[in-house]
Amino acid sequence: MIRFDNVAKRYPTGREGLAGVSLEVAPGELVFVTGHSGAGKSTLLKLIGLLERATRGQIWVNGRNLNRLSERNIPYHRREVGMIFQDHRLLHDRTVFDNVALPLVVAGMGHQEIQRRVRAALDKVNLLGKERSLPIALSGGEQQRVGIARALVSKPPVLLADEPTGNLDPELSREIMDLFLQFSQVGVTILIATHDIELISRLGRRIVQLREGRLQHDSGLAQ
Amino acid sequence: MKRRNPKRPGFRRNRSPLRWLLHHAQNAVAALGRLVRHPLATLMTASVIGIALALPSGLYLLIDNVRTLTGNWDGGSSISLFLAQDLDDREAEYVRKTIAARPDVAEARLITREEALTEFRQRSGFAEALDLLDHNPLPAVVVVRPSASATSAAATERLAQALQGYREIDQVRVDLQWVRRLEAITHTLERGVYLLAGLLSAAVLLIVGNTIRLEIQNRQGEIEVVKLVGGTDAFIRRPFLYEGFWYGLLGALIALLLVTGGLALMQAPVRRLAGLYQSAFRLDLLTAEAVAAVLVGGPLLGLAGAWLAVARHLSRIQPE
Ligand SMILES: Nc1ncnc2c1ncn2[C@@H]1O[C@H](COP(=O)(O)OP(=O)(O)OP(=O)(O)O)[C@@H](O)[C@H]1O
Ligand SMILES: [Mg+2]
Repeated sequence: MIRFDNVAKRYPTGREGLAGVSLEVAPGELVFVTGHSGAGKSTLLKLIGLLERATRGQIWVNGRNLNRLSERNIPYHRREVGMIFQDHRLLHDRTVFDNVALPLVVAGMGHQEIQRRVRAALDKVNLLGKERSLPIALSGGEQQRVGIARALVSKPPVLLADEPTGNLDPELSREIMDLFLQFSQVGVTILIATHDIELISRLGRRIVQLREGRLQHDSGLAQ
Repeated sequence: MKRRNPKRPGFRRNRSPLRWLLHHAQNAVAALGRLVRHPLATLMTASVIGIALALPSGLYLLIDNVRTLTGNWDGGSSISLFLAQDLDDREAEYVRKTIAARPDVAEARLITREEALTEFRQRSGFAEALDLLDHNPLPAVVVVRPSASATSAAATERLAQALQGYREIDQVRVDLQWVRRLEAITHTLERGVYLLAGLLSAAVLLIVGNTIRLEIQNRQGEIEVVKLVGGTDAFIRRPFLYEGFWYGLLGALIALLLVTGGLALMQAPVRRLAGLYQSAFRLDLLTAEAVAAVLVGGPLLGLAGAWLAVARHLSRIQPE
């Protein structure tokens, strides 16, 4: 589903975000990406969502070579890659419903289909009662769940989450991780960048560890 | 792992024409809604556009009226024909008739030698001097008023030349000076109005462009999120383009209101003035074409201004 072939990312400042990473992720796999601050976790995810372009190497996502994808096609690529951020990136002047509906509106989906899908997505993250609320009226965990609902409402084959539990207490973190485990069971390919080694080591999933832009350890290869 | 063919076909872009139209309609209404939500700011921007559009339209209207006025001026460009000395009154009347029958002549009036002399006696102070002469030295004169189609300086000139060809006419005198001057003035003013219209159109472009630029800045966060979830540039552009369109249309409506209002204010004094000249002249209203030009030009300028802002600023906003 995702393949990195000796990928490097050098930022305009000269900093290397990634320095030659090769990696394969199978469809439906859930992979945790860990490493120290500055190791390149966010960079890896940004390259998959085409928030940044690789400066060296090849990346394939969902059968497409991202190097060959024109600027014009980036929006269509992003519709196949749901993204979740630590800071949620919600629109604070829109209701929870409108926030979650945004990817569908952008894709030109019909009104009734949107209603149905948003309800289903909010149901999955247990927020059906909060449709009409504004994000500010929600707790941090709830806001994060709105972000997750938005990322999965268009049923993308790939889900990326950059420190989705960064600001949450252990119990809420556990809840969020359970959600991702559920999605992975229905075939969604998921990459989650996180510092929370303690939480993820108990889950027994593949862990990719980065260090200064390089792959330091990949539990998937060890097996 | 199972990897699909790297040369996967393009993305699906399913969108029915009906849904697309609906999307546009929603965008248009939403953009108008955003403007209405800030009535004062909107009215101010639209008024600036309105004034910028009203100035050239109003001036154009004024010039148009001046032109009709010069065209209608009774005897505006008259031609005096001095007939040969040896013609008697009967022959002079015959010449007058022939000339009056020309299609490019509206009216020809004969001043016989006798009448000319009487008038001269009354007006000049040379009555005694004239009495010394044993014959009337003045020729008969035919005063010609060109028909409506021949009032321009050039056409009058042509008519005068044709009349010069008559054997019975000694001398043709045309007083075209003031017609020419007036024509030159209207031409100059017209050029000035076009120049002004060009400058003020550029101003409208900049006003709308700047307003939309601020709007883009205000909604930067929203634009980033929309790009993040796969919004195309066209999708992001659309609301701003519609805002530009509405600003232009509101401005055009205000401009028409201003011009019409200004005209109404001018009408009474102009009628009084015309009355003093025994004329029934009235200011013409804006023609249907002029109204259409403002109503189409305003929104187009608004759209263009928004496009400029969007082209310059949207691509700079990228999610990270
Ligand atoms: N936009 C950018 N411009 C310049 N350098 C950047 C940029 N983004 C990241 N970097 C650099 O690239 C390296 C990797 O950054 P990245 O954000 O991928 O790390 P990370 O693993 O996500 O760290 P953290 O755990 O702190 O989020 C760092 O050295 C960082 O300074
Ligand atoms: Mg990071």
